Amino acid sequence: MGVTLARAAQWTAAGSGAGTLETTPLNESLLNQIIKFAEDFSTKHPQEAAYVFREPLEWKTQLDSSAFGEGYVINEATVQSEAKHEDGQPLLILSASTLRVRSFDQLSHLLRIAMEKKLKEAQACLEANRDPIVKILGPEYGAVEGEDTSILHLFDKVKKESGLETELKMKIILLLHQLDLQLLNSSLKQISQHERLNPATVNNEVNLLKNFCGRGEDTVLESLEYTSDYIFSNGCRAPPWRQVHGEICYLVIKPHDTDPLCITCSTAGVFLNGGKDIDYERKSDLYEDIVTFLRERSPRFVENMPKQTPRKDSEDKGKSSTVPLTTKKKASGKSKTVKIQETSKCKASSSLEDIGESSSETDEDEQPLRHQEGNTDLSAEYWGIQKLAKYVKGGDPTATLIALCSMRDFNLSQETCQLAIKDTGCLEVLINLLDTEEIKCQAGSLKILKDISQNVLIRHAIADLGGLEIMVKILDSSDTNLKCLAAETIANVARFKRARKTVRQHGGIKKLVELLDCISVGSSYQAKDTETARCGALALWSCSKSTKNKKAIRRAGGIPLLARWLKCSHTDILIPVVGTLQECASEPSYRLAIRTEGMIENLVKNLSSEHEELQMHCASAIFKCAEDEETRDLVRKHEGLQSLSDLLDNTENKQLLAAVTGAIWKCAYSTENVLKFQEYKTVETLVTLLTDQPEEVLINVIGALGECCREQENRGTIRRCGGIAPMVKLLTATNQALLVNVNKAVGGCAMEPENMSIIDSLDGVRLLWSLLKNPNPDVQASAAWALCPCVENAKNSGEMVRSFVGGLELIVKLLKSKDKEVLTSVCAAIANIAKDEENLAVMTDHGVVPLLSRLANTNNNKLRRHLAEAIAHCCMWGRNRVAFGEAKAVAPLARYLKSKDPLVHRATAQALYQLSEDPNNCVIMHENGVVKLLLAMVGSTDDALQEAAAGCIANIRRLALATEKAKYG
Amino acid sequence: MSRKGLKVLVESLTRSAKHFNKSEVECLVKLFDTMVAKASSEYAGAGFDRTVFRDILYNAFGMTDDVVMDRVFSIFDKDNNGYITVTEWVEGLAVLLRGTLEEKMKLCFTIYDLNGDGYISREEMFQMLKNSLLIQPADEEPEEGVKDLVEIALKKMDHDHDGKLSFTDFEKAVRDENLLLEAFGPCFPDIKSTVLFEQKIFRETHK
Repeated sequence: MGVTLARAAQWTAAGSGAGTLETTPLNESLLNQIIKFAEDFSTKHPQEAAYVFREPLEWKTQLDSSAFGEGYVINEATVQSEAKHEDGQPLLILSASTLRVRSFDQLSHLLRIAMEKKLKEAQACLEANRDPIVKILGPEYGAVEGEDTSILHLFDKVKKESGLETELKMKIILLLHQLDLQLLNSSLKQISQHERLNPATVNNEVNLLKNFCGRGEDTVLESLEYTSDYIFSNGCRAPPWRQVHGEICYLVIKPHDTDPLCITCSTAGVFLNGGKDIDYERKSDLYEDIVTFLRERSPRFVENMPKQTPRKDSEDKGKSSTVPLTTKKKASGKSKTVKIQETSKCKASSSLEDIGESSSETDEDEQPLRHQEGNTDLSAEYWGIQKLAKYVKGGDPTATLIALCSMRDFNLSQETCQLAIKDTGCLEVLINLLDTEEIKCQAGSLKILKDISQNVLIRHAIADLGGLEIMVKILDSSDTNLKCLAAETIANVARFKRARKTVRQHGGIKKLVELLDCISVGSSYQAKDTETARCGALALWSCSKSTKNKKAIRRAGGIPLLARWLKCSHTDILIPVVGTLQECASEPSYRLAIRTEGMIENLVKNLSSEHEELQMHCASAIFKCAEDEETRDLVRKHEGLQSLSDLLDNTENKQLLAAVTGAIWKCAYSTENVLKFQEYKTVETLVTLLTDQPEEVLINVIGALGECCREQENRGTIRRCGGIAPMVKLLTATNQALLVNVNKAVGGCAMEPENMSIIDSLDGVRLLWSLLKNPNPDVQASAAWALCPCVENAKNSGEMVRSFVGGLELIVKLLKSKDKEVLTSVCAAIANIAKDEENLAVMTDHGVVPLLSRLANTNNNKLRRHLAEAIAHCCMWGRNRVAFGEAKAVAPLARYLKSKDPLVHRATAQALYQLSEDPNNCVIMHENGVVKLLLAMVGSTDDALQEAAAGCIANIRRLALATEKAKYG
Repeated sequence: MSRKGLKVLVESLTRSAKHFNKSEVECLVKLFDTMVAKASSEYAGAGFDRTVFRDILYNAFGMTDDVVMDRVFSIFDKDNNGYITVTEWVEGLAVLLRGTLEEKMKLCFTIYDLNGDGYISREEMFQMLKNSLLIQPADEEPEEGVKDLVEIALKKMDHDHDGKLSFTDFEKAVRDENLLLEAFGPCFPDIKSTVLFEQKIFRETHK
């Protein structure tokens, strides 16, 4: 055990003491084996188990005294075992979460007590006792790195002194040794599964790559050579004293686009070494193979790799004709996965901290994939930039500045130039320049970085090189111009999550918010302040895509500043300001602030701006904020509804259209707003948008129409404008968000009998019904809701429903759903369907009664109401009344009368009235004290409730009289 | 100097130097007087010479380039009499510390135009840039690098392609890219020294 623990187990911190065992599969399997060994020890070797350890094993436990039972003396938090050593000390002591154990017997026992905490306990024990054998047997048995003399030692001892104890010790150590060997064996198996390079794989890869070398256009490399032709018998080419370090061979690779690369292939992987003249030192990261290495180093290699078709070198055929095909596939496939892994890895690592990132983020987060261009020659731009890079690197500030300014004459928005700056190593220098005191060089460098950071690869490279940290620092500069440039560059770079996090963690958010806080705000906006604020807002906009940054902006006091700038009239600052606001409006605190700080007025005002982008951001800010009723009222008061309606005419800009229709949808939640929209003929316009629009527009359009349907007039308008047909057609869509809205809208339209006949003729009810099969509960629920008016208003609805094969069974089965809304909607639908006796009979056969009864114990008022309705209607068939009573639905229903919701009362009273036709149910109701409650309801102004309550009481009374008569009569 | 005389002087300088207010001018005049007092009385208390001036540039503004400092002196010394008078001092500093872009461009151009012929020639650029390469490319003649750099600068700034920079060329280049104002070497004190200097000198008077 000692040897395994010392060598094979994967300790986190090197060195002894504070190290902890990593949670790796290997360690876990080791621990499990040790646990099994210890647990079985007392039964397998009862004699040895009684042996008292030289010193107790001591560790911090997570068990508390309550876990211990028989065989222990428990005294509040301390626990002692009843078994004691000769000297009177108990063999197990637990006090203040420190546990001391002195025999295997106790250890086995303990592990059994620990149950599922076993693994944790064993881990804690071994972490605290790095060499348990020393504690068990004594210091002379310690595992010594390199040799294990404990057996010999023991042997000596046995020879010198004989006795029971030594014999025991002997047995224990042999047992422990056995365990050790077993552990080592199993861990060896695991370790050997790790892939390592070997001479044969390297040789294969080299031979393969050689096939694609040459001077030609499409080749991946110019050449690739071993540094030595001599091969040792083990297949290595590295000299023996380097083979000791796992090195296999050295290669000189000449790519088309970079200097020759000297690399080392070792069993651990491939890396760049210091050059072919005996400098073996590692100069780069480790890569798993040569191809992966080259992908990082040579863009040309990446470009040309996919173009390779296996060249038929006849003499090589035997060796490589099969290899290239498979390997190449693997290589190109792998590179992709490697890249994706990289990003997902960084995502994973950041997601640990950034769990709350907004959902929109994942879509916007980018993956750095190098674009492949047809052009493979190094461009003139490349050479030009390389020449300037020389002066940037090796000049004094004056020379650097000239070179930087000249570099900006290249078209830096072009990808070739952007990548040339990266590939010539100039990017590092540019970032280093930021860290100097030379304001002009900093500015020159930032001007370039600002332009080239439009490129995804460059953005990631800047973040990797630590550029963001320095730029955040520059935000403190006394030079305004420099601050602006830094903020603008941050705005470009912070388009991916990790970068945004870096900005936040280095205090960037606060500094960026401060850029908005210019002295002259409020009086007259000076050009310089506007520019500073613009740059700050741009950066905040980029950063605000992360939830934590939204919070940071708020904490830094950004909201009132954004509100102040929102009042200005410069479009170039309004766009980032509104952009930030609409991004942040996903947070409730921002929505509240947007309303209370009076920003709605300005947002509405800017809907009439000339800039479509600004209009779009304003509309989407309203879209997000109008979830709130007061906000919706404010939009109306500031005449925003008119502006929104007008914006519907711009159907070319789909992004704008999506934002505007979204805002209309949410605003239409308020009935007053719907009336306004009626006035503006918005419904008519919306109907024209039901066809030929992208999904994100359709979702909102149909959502808005669904809301408008609450008004009878609009239901007619939609029909007259021919909106029903496209709506029903959308029932076949696949987007679930869209389907939810379509269901709602169709359901809304179905409230008009005239509409219903159109829906019916288009087979809309069948489409709705089949959406009950959709896996998304929201879609299911909305479909079930929509079915209610359909069933109610369709002609011959009973027959129609029966014509859907398996339809009734389907809807009854949905009563098993776990989603409250689905249950509620299905109950409502069943209540409607059950009005047809034949259908009710079929549903009864499918077990609707027990399924409904099962739901009776709910506390949800909405569900209670529809459930009671469904029960009321389902009572109408056969012995269903009795069945509800048997299924124990009556008592819970009786309790519904105590609910505060009058709608629940009505439905419940109706259900009870129906149920009271059965004498047994009356007894249960009476027992549950319904009479008193119902009596109160007889006085209600609601006729239906009144009637049902009275009917129910009458039934109960009649029964009581009858019983009395029977008894005394 | 009498109080009245000082007042008149300050008023006239405030008008001619434009960028300073009265109290600031007064401080600069005081500073001038202390400098003159420290220097030898060669110019009968009317001014100080090149050495003292260079000391100020070095100590107060951290300027180090001898060529540039000499050029700045000649520009300050408008009447070319070898010493700087109080008027030259205040008016010179006005441009150096608070000049508009136009004034600064003129100043730089004059500094860079070493022989005063109205053009910055290849040779003048070479002269100013000759020590600007810290790392010499190994495979090239040391001068080649500088020559290349001169060509790069010319390509960037010589808009009329006559192989030298006229003031028009220079002005256009700087207007396009303000960073090129000090293209051939620093001519102005950096922000930090300026702030420090102004704090030190102007605060004293307010007391």
